[in-house]
Amino acid sequence: MPARAQSVKVLVLGPFAVGKTTFVRTVSEIRPLSTEERMTRAGELVDELDELSEKDTTTVAMDFGRLTLSEEIVLYLFGAPGQPRFHGMVRSLMQGALGGLVLVDTRRIADSFDAIDLLEEARLPYTVAVNHFSGSPRYSDAHLRDSLSMDDEQPLVSLDAREIGSAKHGLIALVRHILYRPRHLEHTP
Amino acid sequence: MTQSRHRRAGMVRSHTATGGDLTPARQGLDAATLLLADAGQPVTGLAAQPRRVMELCLPGVLSVSEVAAHLHLPGPVVRVIVSRLLDSGHLSARAPFVPTASSPHSAEVLRKVLVALEKL
Ligand SMILES: Nc1nc2c(ncn2[C@@H]2O[C@H](COP(=O)(O)OP(=O)(O)OP(=O)(O)O)[C@@H](O)[C@H]2O)c(=O)[nH]1
Ligand SMILES: [Mg+2]
Repeated sequence: MPARAQSVKVLVLGPFAVGKTTFVRTVSEIRPLSTEERMTRAGELVDELDELSEKDTTTVAMDFGRLTLSEEIVLYLFGAPGQPRFHGMVRSLMQGALGGLVLVDTRRIADSFDAIDLLEEARLPYTVAVNHFSGSPRYSDAHLRDSLSMDDEQPLVSLDAREIGSAKHGLIALVRHILYRPRHLEHTP
Repeated sequence: MTQSRHRRAGMVRSHTATGGDLTPARQGLDAATLLLADAGQPVTGLAAQPRRVMELCLPGVLSVSEVAAHLHLPGPVVRVIVSRLLDSGHLSARAPFVPTASSPHSAEVLRKVLVALEKL
């Protein structure tokens, strides 16, 4: 990573098995530290996430990913689980973050409320991204916005977390939102 | 707008429920802090809980929250145990993310992020 690079951080949140690890994995240039992998060299975590151990299989709840966007900017992705016992961790991870991406499975929309609440509580901008699974109902945007109590200005996208070309649109929508969102949605951290 | 969501979900806002975390046992140690065990430190003299923390952390990095989840212990309890293990050198701690000095949220940086993402 370039010495004078800017670090920006985005959180990927949502309920169990909604695709957080998949998203971080797809977007990251490195194999993220996640449920299946534990790294053995914490000292180099931020700079050398690629130095991961493949031996260990203890469940890890957080996903880390990194994407070098340019010589100047490195994007860090943190996937964090939705269970209340991890809320403290999520709140800590939210500090200094650009914003959050909330993944939604249309078979259980309400399960994503928790992540939205955490982001709103932290006054972080966020984007809601629907991950479609086989058999998950396809609702109209209006229906989804209503179910999620979302303003029209809040970005809502559909994506496939397994495909970079699709997954990146979640991040693009988030950054666009932060740059161009209406004044009344702006939060001063 | 959040009102209706909360009503529909039948939830209490979580921060009201917890009343905020207890004071961290050690400065800079929070739920997302990553822990690394020093394999060279003896665990034989440790009490049961600190020893379990060491056993969990020895294979790799875990966050304080994850340790708490594995051990079914409340976060503040784990933080106290971890603080002692940090003091004794059994564990070392690392922040999961080190922000850059200048604000990462400037419009200039955001525009660069956007351009780079669009090129992916
Ligand atoms: N069809 C489809 N499947 C997906 C998508 N994203 C993830 N999956 C699949 O859904 C399953 C769960 O994905 P994970 O990425 O492990 O979900 P998670 O949110 O990290 O789950 P936990 O860490 O257990 O909370 C995996 O089998 C993925 O392959 C998606 O966008 N579309
Ligand atoms: Mg996962």
